[in-house]
Amino acid sequence: MGFGDLELITLQQYWWVLISLLGGLFVFMMFVQGGQTLIDSLSENETEKTMLINSIGRKWELGFTTLVLFGGALFAAFPLFYATSFGGAYWVWIIILFCFIIQAVSYEYRTKPNNFLGKKTYEVFLKINGNLGTFLLGVAISTFFSGSEFILTDNNFVEWQNSLRGLEALLNPFNYLLGFALVFLAKISGALYFMNNIEHDAIFARAIKSIKYNMIFFLAFFLSFLAWVLLKDGFAVDADGLVFMQSYKYLSNFIEMPIVLALFVIGVVMVVNAVFFAVVVKKDCCIKTGGVGIVLTVMAILLNVGFNGTAYYPSTVDLQSSITIVNSSGSHYTLMAMSYASLMIPFVLGYIALAWYSMDRVKITKEEIEAPSAHNY
Amino acid sequence: MEEHLVDWSRAQFALTAMYHWIFVPLTLGLGFIVAIMETIYVRSGSEFWKKTTKFWMTLFAINFAIGVATGIIMEFEFGTNWANYSWFVGDIFGAPLAVEGILAFFMESTFFAVMFFGWDKVGKKFHLLSTWLVAIGSNLSALWILVANGWMQYPVGMEFNPDTVRNEMINFWDVLLSPVAVTKFLHTIGSGYVMAALFVVGISAWYLLKGRDIIFAKKSMIIGSTFGLIASLFLIFSGDESAHQVALKQPVKLAAMEGLYEGKESAGIVALGMLNSKKTLSNDEETFNFEVEIPYALALLGYHDTTAYVPGLKDLVYGNEARGIMSAQDKMNQGKLAVRALEDYKEAKKLNDTLKAADARIVLEENMQYFGYGHIKSPEDIVPPVATTFYAFHIMVGLGGWFTLLFGILLYLSMKKDISSYRKILISALWSIPLGYIAGEAGWVVAEVGRQPWAIQDLMPVGIAATKIATTNVMISFFMFATLFTLLLIAEVSIITKQVKIGPEGEQ
Repeated sequence: MGFGDLELITLQQYWWVLISLLGGLFVFMMFVQGGQTLIDSLSENETEKTMLINSIGRKWELGFTTLVLFGGALFAAFPLFYATSFGGAYWVWIIILFCFIIQAVSYEYRTKPNNFLGKKTYEVFLKINGNLGTFLLGVAISTFFSGSEFILTDNNFVEWQNSLRGLEALLNPFNYLLGFALVFLAKISGALYFMNNIEHDAIFARAIKSIKYNMIFFLAFFLSFLAWVLLKDGFAVDADGLVFMQSYKYLSNFIEMPIVLALFVIGVVMVVNAVFFAVVVKKDCCIKTGGVGIVLTVMAILLNVGFNGTAYYPSTVDLQSSITIVNSSGSHYTLMAMSYASLMIPFVLGYIALAWYSMDRVKITKEEIEAPSAHNY
Repeated sequence: MEEHLVDWSRAQFALTAMYHWIFVPLTLGLGFIVAIMETIYVRSGSEFWKKTTKFWMTLFAINFAIGVATGIIMEFEFGTNWANYSWFVGDIFGAPLAVEGILAFFMESTFFAVMFFGWDKVGKKFHLLSTWLVAIGSNLSALWILVANGWMQYPVGMEFNPDTVRNEMINFWDVLLSPVAVTKFLHTIGSGYVMAALFVVGISAWYLLKGRDIIFAKKSMIIGSTFGLIASLFLIFSGDESAHQVALKQPVKLAAMEGLYEGKESAGIVALGMLNSKKTLSNDEETFNFEVEIPYALALLGYHDTTAYVPGLKDLVYGNEARGIMSAQDKMNQGKLAVRALEDYKEAKKLNDTLKAADARIVLEENMQYFGYGHIKSPEDIVPPVATTFYAFHIMVGLGGWFTLLFGILLYLSMKKDISSYRKILISALWSIPLGYIAGEAGWVVAEVGRQPWAIQDLMPVGIAATKIATTNVMISFFMFATLFTLLLIAEVSIITKQVKIGPEGEQ
């Protein structure tokens, strides 16, 4: 039996699970973004700052690639979402893209002589990417729950109804909750990563301190986001594909899909556990537990909004234009072809893990960064 | 849709693509050159080759970052600016893109970190393997996006589904192995190898002119010119096949490339010429103010037959019954039938009139081949800008010829003579770096301007493909991108120049 024998709906669900996994991995990789916002507060001199930047600088590419694949997989598996959201919420995505272009060059150019814009500028670029990029991605994902203003024509072409082209999401205060939650989560995982990756007592101590207060903010925003989502009416779809509002939709999704709920609870517990061990026991272990926790939590949130008869990209102006995994997916043939390609994923994750392990086996030290032969960012 | 919207959307995409193409060719080729150098280092154990590898690798990294940055914009611009297109073809286009992400991008990015920071962290062999994997990964990345581009020039392996109003893939292998996709891939990566070779020989020439780092420069010159010569020959073969495919699949583009208004048998190629600006489809002005023609060459290039008939723009627009060429007007009529049939089909579906829906579907399928022509306003609109296409094509071919000659001379002088004393040749090598970039960009202009007005050949014109949005938005984002890309380009050139001045001795 191959993928071709599976029902369309099964392939759609398989791909939504993969997209959720990718989303989870991407949010985990945002420790790079979070770390970028901490380069000043965790360092006291240039060497320390260089250590921080080199620590996350060896991982930025992976996070960036995960974002690219996330976009590519959405285009392939759910092209109607890709066309509607990117074409419709134009400015949100364009600004996010801007935040990522400036990241890509900053590591490489920052310390190079004659870099034209100056070292400081590239550090500012990294902070813009870490703060604004992360925040806007959170806002964009939040519209999965709050909805957007668009109509799809008979040809499935998008007509966005708000001239702010996506920026109107910022007029809804609830969307800020996930935006800020993501920013503080990234800072926490960034600090956890530094604790694990750098051999330096002072940086270690400062990282613990930063986790403490970022955790307070994170919890405040994340719990508010959770309360909002679980209590709000959700965009439900019936068996005929008709979209309607249902109270406590997302709460009932968790109750009706206990496995998703379990993923969510386990994920949150792992993140809290990681923070506890880092802050109280002062161990350097915790990016791994925290990382797995983040992946599970994000996956559970995306599975909640995609499964169990839910419209994951809802339209508030025309409910029936709302996007579901059923009406937005690629054809059976395409999903099948891509599913075969997806069998490579374990292999890809395997060599990433191997490369990661060989690079991070030895922690970054002051001596390594100051060595004359060092190839530094 | 607002008329200027399409122009601005195209301008923004062209801007991104052209900037992207400044950085990518070097990545494609330099990756292999660096891998070859490191292989020599690992085999010989010589510190000289380690230093040489590291020097070119530093330049590779500076260039790589900005290629990645512009690449992500291209991927998302399909959605932001070409939303209708994205839906219409997402089922085909998305698959190669996702496969690319899974198979190629991660290979590139994972081993990039090992290649740069792993010198003292991983074993020599694992490091060498990483360097090769970066080169292979970046070339694989190019494969999938060019398959997608090839599909837009020559759509195959799909079926139109009127229920979803999009094209759906029915054969992945037809898409992947389409002759247009394959030649496009080979020709494009070939041009990347030539660019990288020009970069290496040009910079090596500069050291020789300055009389410094002589051994380093001479050895790099040998590797660069060997690699360049092989790549150039490969480029000529793939270019020939590419032109043959254009002749078969996009005859209008071929006619524009050659400024051929009237079709003829055994058509020649204008090797050198200046177009008459007064010439239009409807007048009988001379096409060229002056021209130097190579007889039979176009028939041979396009159809691999010196006696072949090459249709001109007039034949393709107004039709030529004797030669069995359909006029654009006939195609438009069929296209309009198809567009109408789709509307009827949708209407009938809404009313649950299965009989009427089935009839409409038959009409649609009969005329689907020219679906895009249903949106074309007048027959002349199917002709791309002739002057741009013509000059871009000739610049590309002319420069390609020059590079082949240059690599040959450089290789000969490096092996047989003391190349340091041939200053004029060295100066030409240095100046050929910018020429390489011009040739590469010109190639893309031929490919993309030459297929106007189509986003997807015969199926979707650019005007329908664009996202519906107030033009001001696209204007603003255009200037934002233009400013940022330009600043980053200046930064890159400035950093690379400085690194070259520091030289290989700066590497430890």
